[in-house]
Amino acid sequence: MKPAAFDYHAPTTLDEALALLAAYGDEAKILAGGQSLIPAMNFRLAQPAILVDINPVTTLVGIHAEGDGGLRIGTMTRQRTVEHSDLVAARAPLLAETMPHIAHPQIRNRGTFGGSLAHADPASELPAVAVALGMTLRAQSTRGERDIDATDFFQGLFATALEPDEMLIEVLIPALPARTGTAFAEVARRHGDYAMAGAAAVVTLAEDGTIAACKLVYLSIGDAPVESHSAASALLGVIPTDEAIRAAAEAMEQDIDPLGDIHATAAYRRHLAKVLARRTLASAVARARN
Amino acid sequence: MTTKSFGQRIKRNEDPQLLTGRAQFVDDVHIPGMLHVAFKRSDYAHARITGIDLEAAKSMPGVVAVYTAEDLGDFWQPSPLLVPPPPAEHVVFNKRTSGQLARSKVRFVGEAIVMVVAESRYLAEDAAETIIVDYEPLDAVVGLEAALTEDSALVHEDVGSNIGAHVIQRKGDYDTARAQADLVISRRLLYDRGTAAPMETRGVVAHYDHLARHLTVWDSTQAPIPIRNGLAAMFGLSERQVRVIAPFVGGGFGPKVMMFYPEETLVPWAAIKLERPVKWIEDRLENFYAMTHERGQLHDSEIALTKEGKILGVKDVFLHDTGAYIPYGLTVPINTQCTLLGPYVVPHYYTEFKALFTNKTVVTPYRGAGRQHGVFVMERLLDIAAKELGMDPLELRRINFIQPEQFPWCNEIIYQDFTKLTYDSGNYEPVLDKAMRMIGWDEWRQNEQPRLRAEGRKVGIGLVMYVEGTGIGPYEGARVQVETTGKVTIVTGIGTQGQGHYTSFAQIAADALGVPMKDIYISTGDTGQFSWGVGTFASRGAVVAGSAVYSAAQMVREKALKQAAEHLEASEADIELVDGFAQVRGAPGARVPLATLAASANPLRGAVRPGTEPGLEATAYFGPQMGTTASGAHAMIVEVDPETYQLKILKYVVVHDCGPLINPLIVDGQVHGGVAQGIGNAFYEQLIYDETGQLLNASFMDYLLPTSTDVPRMELGHEETPSPLNPLGVKGAGEAGAIPVGPLFAQALEDALIDSGLEILEIPLSPSRLWELVEGGDA
Repeated sequence: MKPAAFDYHAPTTLDEALALLAAYGDEAKILAGGQSLIPAMNFRLAQPAILVDINPVTTLVGIHAEGDGGLRIGTMTRQRTVEHSDLVAARAPLLAETMPHIAHPQIRNRGTFGGSLAHADPASELPAVAVALGMTLRAQSTRGERDIDATDFFQGLFATALEPDEMLIEVLIPALPARTGTAFAEVARRHGDYAMAGAAAVVTLAEDGTIAACKLVYLSIGDAPVESHSAASALLGVIPTDEAIRAAAEAMEQDIDPLGDIHATAAYRRHLAKVLARRTLASAVARARN
Repeated sequence: MTTKSFGQRIKRNEDPQLLTGRAQFVDDVHIPGMLHVAFKRSDYAHARITGIDLEAAKSMPGVVAVYTAEDLGDFWQPSPLLVPPPPAEHVVFNKRTSGQLARSKVRFVGEAIVMVVAESRYLAEDAAETIIVDYEPLDAVVGLEAALTEDSALVHEDVGSNIGAHVIQRKGDYDTARAQADLVISRRLLYDRGTAAPMETRGVVAHYDHLARHLTVWDSTQAPIPIRNGLAAMFGLSERQVRVIAPFVGGGFGPKVMMFYPEETLVPWAAIKLERPVKWIEDRLENFYAMTHERGQLHDSEIALTKEGKILGVKDVFLHDTGAYIPYGLTVPINTQCTLLGPYVVPHYYTEFKALFTNKTVVTPYRGAGRQHGVFVMERLLDIAAKELGMDPLELRRINFIQPEQFPWCNEIIYQDFTKLTYDSGNYEPVLDKAMRMIGWDEWRQNEQPRLRAEGRKVGIGLVMYVEGTGIGPYEGARVQVETTGKVTIVTGIGTQGQGHYTSFAQIAADALGVPMKDIYISTGDTGQFSWGVGTFASRGAVVAGSAVYSAAQMVREKALKQAAEHLEASEADIELVDGFAQVRGAPGARVPLATLAASANPLRGAVRPGTEPGLEATAYFGPQMGTTASGAHAMIVEVDPETYQLKILKYVVVHDCGPLINPLIVDGQVHGGVAQGIGNAFYEQLIYDETGQLLNASFMDYLLPTSTDVPRMELGHEETPSPLNPLGVKGAGEAGAIPVGPLFAQALEDALIDSGLEILEIPLSPSRLWELVEGGDA
């Protein structure tokens, strides 16, 4: 379990890092927190010829309050920092609620916010939450900068919209509308494991108590974050009673086609998706009402 | 007056060293010029090797040597059979063990094919990756029943079938008993186990000093002395030219008593051949494939009872997965046969098993070592019988207990130590009563459970019983010496993998010699210190080595008393040993330090009197005529999430009887660790193979060890029924925590999910599997 040989670069500025990516493209892999990449290299499942360690690039670290009530988070911000941030708790409670579910404290101490998004593991929490909150992912290369909507960013199993020479530099989280409640839940074999299924729900109520907007996004259900549009449409414009939520959870089923694995059969995973739909929608609604 | 150490909750001497990272493990051994090893291992479960291309590997920088089976010459030998089959009534045994490197055929994924020796582990792995092995894949033998079919592939063609062994044992006449029964319960039960996953993987460092003609081997093993003896024979060296050191070992649990693993002989062989020290540390991936497992058994079992619930007989016929080879003989399935009977009077018993070769990692004992399987069968049959009879399951157990006056109790069949399975002593009702009290059985049944159920909560209770054969022979030894400083040294040949020997053995000697614990130094697991012994396994350290320490310490005590009597001009009977002094009882001024006695026993001039030996020292051996039998009960209250089928253990109780406790703190720790492994076995851990024999979860990401959040706080109680078989009266405690957890989960979960009518006939379980069993999930 020793990695194959590789060349190692540790640029100290973003420009240097981007220049390395421009020069080496596919051959290079960015080392952020290393919590997924290093194990993959030790198993020799990943054998990058060049490692670009961006840990010295300090400008990528930080959680910033935006004027519109949103947040901007640098990609190299450690997950543990996000977890403990008062700003995140106040402006993106869904994110704050999710963070403790990501692996273990030791991993969150090293793991980065952007690294998890760029890695795009369908079983990881942050991609699903990014879609649920409608985050914008900002990428940069020597060719320039561009913003990618979270919905477009995640393209499949470990696949994103990033080009080989691009780096994710920061993430924009929009402010939550009034009367919005959010909830996250997952079912894992042990605390800290990759979830067998997980869900993030964002519900906005109209003044009359009907649902004005709703998002339900899953992790570990498909090869990327899976958004249930059917559950959302079933709830739009209705009063979210237990009955209505139950019906939305039923409607959700047509949006998913989970696979079985050694921890959960496909049928059990489908069952969990329904349970999680009910649990997260109900608690998002309750929070929206408060 | 020195307080008695035996029985005290004394913190472990070794822990400060372990907890501050100052204990030596094999990987801490660094020798200048040391080379490192990586292995090319089989990717296939079953295939013929048609070619091996080593060219690229041999020419890589830093690579010193690359060896295949051919390169080993005469050194290539199938490993010895560690335990021969027992002299039971009907025994077929097809001995097949593996050579160090696969020659013409591979039989499990991870079997070593090529050994690469290089200047670093990185370079060795780089070179191993370039080796191309040409395979002709063969069908893999994976399932137990499939292994017996006509058209199954054969793991060993020359055996003619996949039967590694076939054993029948019986007590009485089951068929007659069955004919008289009011009730016969028959079930098919599946019990699967996993890998021991010690925190420290295996590892070997070997250094051959060509000038001194002396081989030193550091080995993370449970049995350093047999390893030393075997290596000496293999290399044509005297046993005194070989020193094997098992330093601190980060968990053994059984697989590290297996020998010889290929790496254990290849590393010293390469060190001698290359005239350089050589190190191999198993990585976690290798550990999943190449360290031995325990695995599944499939039982077809019957119990025959009267309508009052008296057991008339049990019949059990099972298939046992032994993996690709059978180097450890039949210890695991024999333990299953023998432990199944439990604390109950079973007048008639028919037990038969076939051990089957499969294309999977070899199976050898792992903490519990087949006992789990047997206890699962018996406890499940009793639970099902209780339901059929409309009896309380605990009452059914109680009326079948062997009574205290019936010991020694002989079950007639042959145990793993080749004696007739005989329980030395026991008293089971107090164990059951205490467990019921501690778990709050009656209160739970009458009040708590109905209240919680009325709230819609799925809560259940369970209580199961077991016995555990422990402390078997053949022997261990110890040398106890009072040094001229007054400090005491104890040396013994068994290795230590966390059992607390540094503390419990010191307690035994401290009492005999009246010296403080801090003045006792202990050496275990170093053949340079003590030449005789067998190893640490089968919950035997405290019983066998502990008794040897006791005897040696008593002999030293006799010597000291005799010397002190002369020195103080008093009668031996009036001398007491207190706080490092020999003194005349009632005359505290008349005393002499043990140090002085030790010095005068080791004079530099003058003469040691004829008929005496120099030194205040003695060596003793202890060989029990048979094993001691410990017993216990585990009880649990569990809650199941009615939607996700995740569990929460609300209360866990263990009542254990291993005779007098040398150190209750250590025994508690042993039980805690065992229960954690038992919980892993019951609900988290499973080695999952696909139909081609590939292990699908060879990492801690997918092989789920229970963590601190999954293992509840336990409440422990002890009963102390002494063993008549050793001077301390002690019984083994090493495996008790791990043994009955599977049937406990089954019973408690059935109770929690009582509305579903669920009957659990398999372990391990998982939320997914429970949901499937209850909801009939997967179409």
